[in-house]
Amino acid sequence: MSPDTRLKELRVTVTGGTSGLGLALVRLLADQGARVAFVARTAQAVELTASDTGAYGIIGDVGRKDDIYPIALQIIGNLGGLDVLINNASNLGPISLAPLADTECEELEQALAVNLLGPFRLTKALFGALAASARDGRGALVINISSDAAINPYSGWGAYGASKAALRHLTAIWAEEGKIDGVRFLSIDPGDMDTPLHALAIPDADPMTLRRPEDSAAEIVEVMLAALPNRAARLVQGYS
Amino acid sequence: MIAADRPDRRSAKLVTIDRNGRMRHLSRAERAFLFSPGDLVIANDAATLPASLRGTHCASGEPIEVRLAAWVTVRDPTRFVAIAFGAGDHRTRTEDRPLPPPLLPADRLSLGPLAAVIERLLDHPRLFRLRFLDNSAFILKGLARHGRPIQYANVPELLALSDVWTRIAADPIALEPPSAGFALDWRTLAAWRQRGIGLATLTHAAGLSSTGDRTLDLRLPFDEPYDIPERTVAAIKQTKSKGGRIVAIGTTVVRAIESAASADGSVLAGHGVARERIARATRLRIVEAILTGVHEPGESHFELLRAFANDTMLDQTYEALLKLGYRTHEFGDSMLIERQCARQKGKCE
Repeated sequence: MSPDTRLKELRVTVTGGTSGLGLALVRLLADQGARVAFVARTAQAVELTASDTGAYGIIGDVGRKDDIYPIALQIIGNLGGLDVLINNASNLGPISLAPLADTECEELEQALAVNLLGPFRLTKALFGALAASARDGRGALVINISSDAAINPYSGWGAYGASKAALRHLTAIWAEEGKIDGVRFLSIDPGDMDTPLHALAIPDADPMTLRRPEDSAAEIVEVMLAALPNRAARLVQGYS
Repeated sequence: MIAADRPDRRSAKLVTIDRNGRMRHLSRAERAFLFSPGDLVIANDAATLPASLRGTHCASGEPIEVRLAAWVTVRDPTRFVAIAFGAGDHRTRTEDRPLPPPLLPADRLSLGPLAAVIERLLDHPRLFRLRFLDNSAFILKGLARHGRPIQYANVPELLALSDVWTRIAADPIALEPPSAGFALDWRTLAAWRQRGIGLATLTHAAGLSSTGDRTLDLRLPFDEPYDIPERTVAAIKQTKSKGGRIVAIGTTVVRAIESAASADGSVLAGHGVARERIARATRLRIVEAILTGVHEPGESHFELLRAFANDTMLDQTYEALLKLGYRTHEFGDSMLIERQCARQKGKCE
């Protein structure tokens, strides 16, 4: 794929970057010339994706508080700053899906830790870098990956749905608060995709009814570019 | 546990000391009303590396603590000027820490996941140039996972990286935190801007503040690289032309701005290295007030304040703040000092 000039020098981080939508985003962004870092828990998968894409792989668990600043340091150290943070890593809650009355507290806590507190903590740790990028005129954007389960009360999706609903509201409030510093926030629902997470939730789903994560990734990148200052024009003017 | 206890920075106190030495104590809510419309606040947005590494001196097998003290080339993490201690940790005062085992050029150090070599000694048994034997990404990963923030005996609890990043931390080139920035939060910054107070940043690689060795401490601060954006220079020029004041958040901002300032009051944008010590004899060209921690006489941070105010006023202020229970050091309370009339260019109304 030929590089997209709009993505040149754009510094993007994707959490949960070794499978599903996250991997599709890392591949697409790296292919098209962005500077990409990604985060995932498993060293082997991180190494594989890093050597496959050329992106910076960071081993860490966004659901663990102690991992957040070491992750943030590696992101801004390797990329030389940050323009876009995509909080994509997600935890399903109980596997298999369970009614709330059968959900263990620890399962709900883990879903909240990964889907809500993780994005909160990582965004907070990186807010200084994002605000600096906005001051530089590069733009700054946080994309939080949402779900229709954040809105609709699907039976069995209690832990996941509640955590994603909270993330969606967190995003909306931060979008208001971030305006003065030029940091934008978006919730994006990528739709039901043929991903490992979806297979855990609904093992017998017909893949033909599901979206390809590559298609969702391409849409997200377009939304991302639309939310940033016009980079193609700025590049022509000598901006880098 | 989802949340855990953290040091309570919200309770930090702030005192303002005007050009006549008058003190005013401000509550947290009153911070929003600091400064006047048209003033420009300049802060250091450097993030802090975990620059203390424990490990082994391979030749002797002895334990060693290495503290990265200054960059050789900024943002190239393969080489640093470093100091070393022998056994023990930050809970022992640096003055009382044992020397490291005798160090020789080409000695290998094993620092957790990182391997390093002593490139050369810098005319002191504790001071040397260190080279990591890995690539930049691996070094960053090693620092992130094994390094700890440099800390001192006054704070015995182990600090996490989150404790030493200011809210505005953006660029990981500081080796110790630009701690005056702990007084800033996004709410206060927003309140200032809403009142017409400008906010600009620069990035200054704050280095080691203390070695525990008298002769080495005389050489501090080491040379510190900085970047001043064009927009910050433009904001300074505009503020000055309209009669606003330039307020530095911390000694690192004073050091960078004054180092980049010319005699005619202009400031050079871009990358530079601050080499001068700012002290009593320094004539400040740009900065008119400084927000800083409460430091002890003799510390390089305190000596810098002598460029803002005379010795009598500073000594009286220090004594008064101690009696009032103000806490010193980087996680303590803050003071805002205006430059005294006699030290300002031109007349004083």
